[in-house]
Amino acid sequence: MTNYLIKGAKPLGGDAVDIFVADGRIAAVGDSLSATGAEVVEAAGLVALPGLVDLHTHLREPGREDAETVGTGSRAAALGGFTAVHAMANTDPVADTAGVVEQVWRLGQEAGLVDVVPVGAVTVGLAGERLAELGAMADSAARVRVFSDDGHCVSDPALMRRALEYVKAFDGVVAQHAEEPRLTVGAQMHEGDRSARLGLTGWPAAAEEAIIARDVLLAEHVGARLHVCHVSTAGSVEILRWAKSRGVQVTAEVTPHHLLLTDACAESYDPVFKVNPPLRTDADVEALRAGLADGTIDAVGTDHAPHAVEDKESEWAQARPGMLGLEQALSVVIETMVEPGRLDWAGVADRMSVRPAQIGRLGDHGRPIAPGEPANLVLVDPAARSTVDPAALASRSRNSPYAGRELPGRVVATFLRGTATVLDGKATR
Amino acid sequence: MKRHLLEAADLDRDDATLVLDTAAQIEQALAGREVKKLPTLRGRTVVNLFYEDSTRTRISFELAAKRLSADVINFSAKGSSVSKGESLKDTALTLEAMGADGVVVRHSASGAPHRLANWVRGSVVNAGDGTHEHPTQALLDAYTIRQRLGRLDGVRVTIVGDVLHSRVARSNVGLLHTLGAEVTLVAPPTLLPVGVGSWPAEVGYDLDAVLPKSDVVMMLRVQAERMNASFFPSAREYSRRYGLDARRMAVLPDDAIVMHPGPMNRGMEIAAEVADSVRSTIVEQVANGVSTRMAVLYLLLGGSPQ
Amino acid sequence: MARTTLPALLSAADVARVIDRIAHQLIERAATVHPGRDGLADLVLVGIPTRGAPLARRLATRIEAFSGVTVDVGTVDITLYRDDLRRRGVRALEPTVMPDGGIDDRLVVLVDDVLFSGRSVRAALDALRDLGRPQAVQLAVLVDRGHRELPIRADYVGKNVPTSRSQQVRVHLAETDGADEVLVTEGEDA
Repeated sequence: MTNYLIKGAKPLGGDAVDIFVADGRIAAVGDSLSATGAEVVEAAGLVALPGLVDLHTHLREPGREDAETVGTGSRAAALGGFTAVHAMANTDPVADTAGVVEQVWRLGQEAGLVDVVPVGAVTVGLAGERLAELGAMADSAARVRVFSDDGHCVSDPALMRRALEYVKAFDGVVAQHAEEPRLTVGAQMHEGDRSARLGLTGWPAAAEEAIIARDVLLAEHVGARLHVCHVSTAGSVEILRWAKSRGVQVTAEVTPHHLLLTDACAESYDPVFKVNPPLRTDADVEALRAGLADGTIDAVGTDHAPHAVEDKESEWAQARPGMLGLEQALSVVIETMVEPGRLDWAGVADRMSVRPAQIGRLGDHGRPIAPGEPANLVLVDPAARSTVDPAALASRSRNSPYAGRELPGRVVATFLRGTATVLDGKATR
Repeated sequence: MKRHLLEAADLDRDDATLVLDTAAQIEQALAGREVKKLPTLRGRTVVNLFYEDSTRTRISFELAAKRLSADVINFSAKGSSVSKGESLKDTALTLEAMGADGVVVRHSASGAPHRLANWVRGSVVNAGDGTHEHPTQALLDAYTIRQRLGRLDGVRVTIVGDVLHSRVARSNVGLLHTLGAEVTLVAPPTLLPVGVGSWPAEVGYDLDAVLPKSDVVMMLRVQAERMNASFFPSAREYSRRYGLDARRMAVLPDDAIVMHPGPMNRGMEIAAEVADSVRSTIVEQVANGVSTRMAVLYLLLGGSPQ
Repeated sequence: MARTTLPALLSAADVARVIDRIAHQLIERAATVHPGRDGLADLVLVGIPTRGAPLARRLATRIEAFSGVTVDVGTVDITLYRDDLRRRGVRALEPTVMPDGGIDDRLVVLVDDVLFSGRSVRAALDALRDLGRPQAVQLAVLVDRGHRELPIRADYVGKNVPTSRSQQVRVHLAETDGADEVLVTEGEDA
């Protein structure tokens, strides 16, 4: 196993130090380290962060390997600075049994670029009718702790209550896709001035907020952990702030695209901007940034959702919702949070690594950059700016909403337990 | 003029007036002639790409194109490769390969004409897309109003009914506002979109209050299936609150007109005696549709080099 | 290229004199069309917009002054019949108005300001064919500047003006431009 001597990196944006990585762990952190036989990584000007952790990734395998595989998605994740991603359960077949989650977990191990952590479905077939074998998935080799019907809301309140209660037995968490389905029949975009003009059926903010309000009350009532996926509205942030002030065990994530883009993107009718929950208004974007800054929102979750060309090069209504996120997530956070001074690098590490690792109960991730810790690291050049070219992405799909947009930040290197998965901005395998 | 006509906002006031003036000149040039045909678009190909059944709109466009001597190809979703699942993009590329100068598209998905415009070189004319827009309907309505009342500036137009699902309403609000008319929307609140407050129109719920101040009343078709989705309790209640009957027509100003884009639900949003009255422009609207669409095709395709 | 304007080719007085001459020629010619009938009653002056329309009305006024007979006047907009729309681009249409008696079996005289390539006249002939079946069609122009591209000639010409292709002939009339004059300018249109 190659050892690395990282020269002159700034952990969490602090003073430049050398970091010696040996045998999968951080062996030493200090000035002017030397190590014979180690490969030297010149990191002057680069910021060192703990490897990023995504709570919300769609890897599409099994079922839609034409859109993404565990392999291609893992490479995209590593290039984005991630060392662990949670693979959502809405595959085909659905990850609602120990067998499927173990299959996904093994594919991740074989790819070896990030820790692929399977998410288990809450209900059988995501149908929202009866609980899947949550305990079996928790006990499997995949050690599932996050359960979600993402793509679908667990809308039945009694079923949601039972799920919240049941996963307490193995310290699990239900990650809710908050969308009251009766309020979003045929919904295509945020309901507001623009949907009215564009003639696209509206997805009201209240459909998200009503479920979050209900679920935080349920979580409080049964004393369970709740995680809210892809929070998209100002009202949701308010409800979460209120719930946290009451001591409810609720956590929440926001996507990069909801931090940057608004429903104005829909005016092109280009379905690359179709996503669920939909892009919202400027006021929502501002509230989400504020919520992420003050910690009301715990984490950035990419909701990386690859789609084949034919599922996006179509009429808006026919297109599938979702957009790529892994490779630009950190850049978007730098653009929207770091450069405006709303989050420092320690804050980035907290929201993109430490807290998501805690929510997913991943002991090896989101750790301090200190001797003895697992060497899950990312080196970022914050000064670099580049224009997003979908054709150059590692993902098998091309549905990036950032095509043609110039964004700051470049992932120079990523280390997974001491192994370089990315060096000089290129995947090593 | 822009290359495509996708929505009312593609026309500024000068463009819209040019279309209406051109339609008037064409109508006058063809009036009383035995040969109702002009050689203007000889050698051009116009494709009517209809993903939704709409015989009246398709025929209107077909007649308009043929009277300008264009070659017309009707490409309807039924009985073509479209019904076998061919994507809009593949269809567009096919039309492109055939050298279509103009594509008239009707589609159930809002924004489909915008997508098509990215994929073909010819001009795209929106003949109705989902619940978005139907700009040539708005043009023919504006033409009809101007013909009957002699002006559009300051004309008070009341649009009544299912605004939420109406592409006709969206196009008319935009175009009539551009042309200086004052638009009021009247509907049950369930049939008005959230966000309607940002439109250049007044909004009201009380038809009786608005009628005496209306120079034009435009009744929108209300589909019975909306009732099942609880947009309103019953057809009877809808008709009583928002239908135009003889009693309501009597409170209109003397020269006010009644319009309907068709097809009508007689007895639902409009009573038979209103639809057949001298105030009704429903038949003129159909005739004016051909002249207006000829004007649009001439202005979009006439000067465009291939 | 800059444009230079040469001295006026026809002054206002010249324009009036030329119109009077053509009016006299029309009166003489009309008498020969249908022997035994009142020729002027069969005459229809059809102006080609923009400036052919006021010219046709002026000719009618002068014919009435000289003969006491009121002559029918119409206009035919040729825009929709042009074969060069692709090159020139579309433009707003002008009215097409036929006299109440129509044009069937009558002597139609097309009136235009300048005869150049002949394409406008060809378009006007096509338009007339859709409007009726005249007994004969003739052409009256204020200026013939040559450079024909079609086998078309004028029956009544106010003034023959040899020009080069790069020159522009501009007819100004009181009705459309505030004053009567005919100018030749050098160089391309601005």
